[in-house]
Amino acid sequence: MLRIKNLHVRVEDTDILRGIDLEVNPGEIHAVMGPNGSGKSTLAQVLAGCEDYEVTAGDALFDGRDLLEMDPEERAREGLFMAFQYPVEIPGVNSAYFLRTGLNEIRRHRGGEEMDAMDFLGLIKEKMKLVEMDESFLKRPVNEGFSGGEKKRHEILQLAVLMPRLAILDETDSGLDIDALKVVARGVNRLHTAENSVVIVTHYQRLLNYIVPDYIHVLVDGRIVRSGGKDLAVELEEKGYEWVRRDAEVLKA
Amino acid sequence: MRDLAKAEDADKREWYLSRFAGFEKDLNGGSPAPVHTLRQEAMQSFAESGFPTSRDEEWRHTNVSALTRIAFHPVLHKASSSPNTADLEPFTFADLKCSQMVFVNGHYSPVLSTSAPLPEGVRATSLARALAEDRELVLTHLGRYTSFREQGFGSLNTAFLQDGAFLFVPENTAVADPIHLLFYSTPGSDPTVSHPRNLIVAGANSEVRVIESYAGTGNRPYLTNSVSEVVAGENASVDHCKIARESASAFHVAALHVVEGRSCRFTSHNLVLGGRLTRNDITTVLNGEGVESTLNGLYLADGKGHVDNHTLIEHVRPNCSSHELYKGVLDGASRGVFRGKILVHQEAQKTDAYQSNQNLLLSREADVTSKPQLEIYADDVKCSHGSTTGRLDPEAIFYLRSRGIGLQDAASLLTRAFAAEVLGRIDIEPVRARLDRLVEAKLRSGR
Repeated sequence: MLRIKNLHVRVEDTDILRGIDLEVNPGEIHAVMGPNGSGKSTLAQVLAGCEDYEVTAGDALFDGRDLLEMDPEERAREGLFMAFQYPVEIPGVNSAYFLRTGLNEIRRHRGGEEMDAMDFLGLIKEKMKLVEMDESFLKRPVNEGFSGGEKKRHEILQLAVLMPRLAILDETDSGLDIDALKVVARGVNRLHTAENSVVIVTHYQRLLNYIVPDYIHVLVDGRIVRSGGKDLAVELEEKGYEWVRRDAEVLKA
Repeated sequence: MRDLAKAEDADKREWYLSRFAGFEKDLNGGSPAPVHTLRQEAMQSFAESGFPTSRDEEWRHTNVSALTRIAFHPVLHKASSSPNTADLEPFTFADLKCSQMVFVNGHYSPVLSTSAPLPEGVRATSLARALAEDRELVLTHLGRYTSFREQGFGSLNTAFLQDGAFLFVPENTAVADPIHLLFYSTPGSDPTVSHPRNLIVAGANSEVRVIESYAGTGNRPYLTNSVSEVVAGENASVDHCKIARESASAFHVAALHVVEGRSCRFTSHNLVLGGRLTRNDITTVLNGEGVESTLNGLYLADGKGHVDNHTLIEHVRPNCSSHELYKGVLDGASRGVFRGKILVHQEAQKTDAYQSNQNLLLSREADVTSKPQLEIYADDVKCSHGSTTGRLDPEAIFYLRSRGIGLQDAASLLTRAFAAEVLGRIDIEPVRARLDRLVEAKLRSGR
């Protein structure tokens, strides 16, 4: 589904990603972990199409198509979704209108019928229960005045409505209390099927207690220095990132 | 060069002086003396001052030479052929129950006008008719609130004063349905100018909502030079909505003068959606205690359009509040100007005044000049103002795109949301909804 090869990414004059290889197959859950500044959020942003980053080498294929050539909206319509680490406030645009517009773009792209306001309301109310959001949020401007936890739940609500084939969660767990964390995890697990894949980008191991990954990759200084199964997270939690960093130094030497 | 400019300036004055002579001849003594004296005084004033230039502080950012260069012909008579209701349809509110007075090239058209039932004593007639039938009442107010002597365009309007709307609401009377004044211009082969003159008098404890629309079609230049005077009596409630939808070749210069009595509520919505050059001067005088005065504005320009809004909020008496929100959306190579002054007299203690101007630039070439001003002579007041100019937030655009919304739609959605804050304050729902659709269509056509 997603195949990243030797991806190099630069911001201004700094190389952030220095040769990433990653393959995600349908139905898999991957976790990309790493210390601050390792480049994990950059990876998520580049995959979503953020134009602040310059890809200097390598490529990324999404179902065999060149992902990096696509506009952000095209990636979304093709079934890629990123939950933002810092969801953006959109003054004057209410959440229901925003989500229905996005959903209908995606449906139209796939040759489906647009959903009218009434049907959409039914759908979104059901999805809001899943993430335990009050219906009053529908009438509020997107993310405006939302608490940190509300913003993250709102991201998962979007995930649940848009039903992407590949969901990338960019530090969705940061700043969440344990209850919100469980709500988020439940939303993601509900979406996860034999066809739909998830990439979790995180600093901490704790979200992985609730969303169990098939693979874990450790990112340090823009490279994946170690990959393994779910037990790697436990090891990381015990030994810290210094352990893999030292390992990486040894490898480099 | 200077001499040449002076000579040109003299020529322009000469043009209107000779048009005025023709106008007087045409009236053939058929106009009541006091009104005509007012006209003559105004013409004299114009002869002395001429049109403003960029050397005048109030006109520094708006060059009117493109307008003054054109020899506009005043339309002294009703045209023999008139637009039909289908022509007007884009500018009317089919789903709004209202009285509608239509003016074509400045002249009242009874055929195109319709009236909803009005309470007893309410007058909604053409100014020309009111000058004949209600002369004393009209003359008590007409020209009393504008200081036409300070401004060339105001002088010219008063000199050529002929028709417009006269609305009178007696005390303790509420007019349930809004009154829509539609000024429609159909320029002929020569460039034409109309000088609509409106007088709105709302008595004590009365309520009225007025919509003033200015519209035109075709690609020939014309000038609308209007003046509206509004008197809001004690504890009256007046809602005034002005919509400028002139054609892309049109010049529009408009003044609104409002005098607000004790404890009244006055709201102005000022929407500029078209025109080559638009200038609005809004002056509100909070002339009694406890007045609540609100000025909302939204201006959209693209191409080479130029929009200039000047507002003056004058706090004369204590315990009044004023709120002002003006927003501009500028695309193409258009230019916007906002100049808003809050003047608080020494006597106006406990004034609460807030002013905000926000501009959104959609292109590299678009530009805006924003000048909020506070002039305060009282020491116990709460006054604040703010001005921002920016572009669409790239992070917000990316966020919308990442949810499948295309770049153009994302930009349009954010821009409409920006405008919606002003439109949302219009409480006549069919008008608000229509304006929202117009803004959307305009944003779409501009890209």
